[in-house]
Amino acid sequence: MRLHPPRIGAGPAATRAPGGTAGPAIAIRDVTKTYADGRSATKALEGLTLDVAPGEFVCILGASGCGKSTLLNLIAGIYRTSAGTIDVAGRRIALMFQEPALFPWLTVQHNVEMGMRFRRSVTKERRREEARRLLRLMHLEEWASRRPHELSGGMRQRVALARALAQEAEILLMDEPFGSLDAITRDLLHEEIERIWLENRLTIVFVTHNVREAVRLGDRVVLLSSRPGRLATQFPVGLGRPRRLEDAALGGIAAEISARLHEEVRRHGR
Amino acid sequence: MAAESDILSTEISGLDSLEARRVEPRRPVRAAWTATWPKLAAVAVVVGVWQSVAWLRIRPSYVLPDPATVLGALGELFSEPDFLQALGVTVQRGAAGFGVAIVIGTLLGIAVSRSSILRRTFGSLITGLQSMPSIAWFPFAILIFKLSEGAIMFVVVLGAAPAIANGLITGVDHIPPLLLRAGRVLGARGLSAYRHVILPAAFPEYLAGMKQGWAFAWRSLMAGELLVIIESRPSIGAKLQFARDLSDAPGLLALMIIVLLIGMVVDGLFFGTLERSLRNRRGLNDAR
Repeated sequence: MRLHPPRIGAGPAATRAPGGTAGPAIAIRDVTKTYADGRSATKALEGLTLDVAPGEFVCILGASGCGKSTLLNLIAGIYRTSAGTIDVAGRRIALMFQEPALFPWLTVQHNVEMGMRFRRSVTKERRREEARRLLRLMHLEEWASRRPHELSGGMRQRVALARALAQEAEILLMDEPFGSLDAITRDLLHEEIERIWLENRLTIVFVTHNVREAVRLGDRVVLLSSRPGRLATQFPVGLGRPRRLEDAALGGIAAEISARLHEEVRRHGR
Repeated sequence: MAAESDILSTEISGLDSLEARRVEPRRPVRAAWTATWPKLAAVAVVVGVWQSVAWLRIRPSYVLPDPATVLGALGELFSEPDFLQALGVTVQRGAAGFGVAIVIGTLLGIAVSRSSILRRTFGSLITGLQSMPSIAWFPFAILIFKLSEGAIMFVVVLGAAPAIANGLITGVDHIPPLLLRAGRVLGARGLSAYRHVILPAAFPEYLAGMKQGWAFAWRSLMAGELLVIIESRPSIGAKLQFARDLSDAPGLLALMIIVLLIGMVVDGLFFGTLERSLRNRRGLNDAR
């Protein structure tokens, strides 16, 4: 059983063209998401419209309460929109969380295989081969028969990345995946994810609260305002690749975005 | 570019070997000794106290025999013609009753953990059944099944199944929501989600429920064998009852030791070993 495309909340049913056709990989149209818990209702997102092109690396940036995680869950089809539509044209979607969320009862190898476990078309042999290939890609082949608890935080997050890649999704959603890692590990994982993205022409939506990280990785940085989350501004990042976190030009763009982010936070101060 | 990716992979493997946990080599003999000596010490203390009480002659020796006499009676048990048969009947009843309880408890647990209506209706009833002394069921069971295997089986299953169901329900309730979301994102739905995500995630508490279920089953079985004595089927419980009728104190105590040993072997050797290996595999012992 494969991951469902997102359910459409309001509006006409989306056309499910096969992936790879012209047009955006993700078309977000006027999306509003309201959480209601009986007594009160919280608006997490309001009137958000955003296109992500196939093969694009988009970083979503915003202060707390801007609905970043909500947006990813909506795109992944875990939540329904309250209004508006999200169309991914039937593309397969993988989602990576801030925590590795590995299954503690499985070995590293079998955790990666879980990425393919629920697709009937994948044979057992291919599942095994593919998982092994992905672990090699992540420099984790010698750890294949270990359990998650024997690995460090960075290694676990790489296993989670391998598992997400095993889904062979065209769209990879990442929810602050490197937020809890130390600087060196994060640096290395930035290089990894950039390389994998270049090689596989994935469409990536990467949520973070780290401005430099967003500029380091994204083709475009989307800034969301807070409470409710709306599109504040977008910054195209016209830097060549591979990039380095220490690049001066990168720092310049990051400073500009930071200033805008601070402005956004000040709006909520008294 | 090639050189750069080489550097990258070297750095990554360098970090990995720095950060990953070192696995200590195991020393089986030492570990076995560390696990065994406290148990032997406990047995020695109990036997010591028993011996002292026997020496004090608070009760006459035909009521409270000393350890050596009971040990002798224990040896004699094995030469009695129907003892092994009785042991076989009891163990087989325990295994069959517990097996049926596992099946029923598991199905019940899955059903209740899946449906909020079932949970609201039967959830507290299952907890209630679990705390009800199973011996209270016997008069009713004897009315329905007469003095038969059915009556014993009925109560053993009723004693164990709620604990097993409850363990599974608690296990499902305590699954970290993140794991469930991860499963859903990977495409796990319905039954396959149960098989590959929910049941394995709930397994530690399910196992604890089974362990508790075994304790209930074993108690219910002993109560049942004391009450429901079937002429053609000698059992440990029936022999206990006969030993009391004949005022055979050493034989009685020897049988009690057998009951204790069987309970301990299943609880400690079987469930204990299973639980330990499970905790090790999942890294749940790290904090100790």
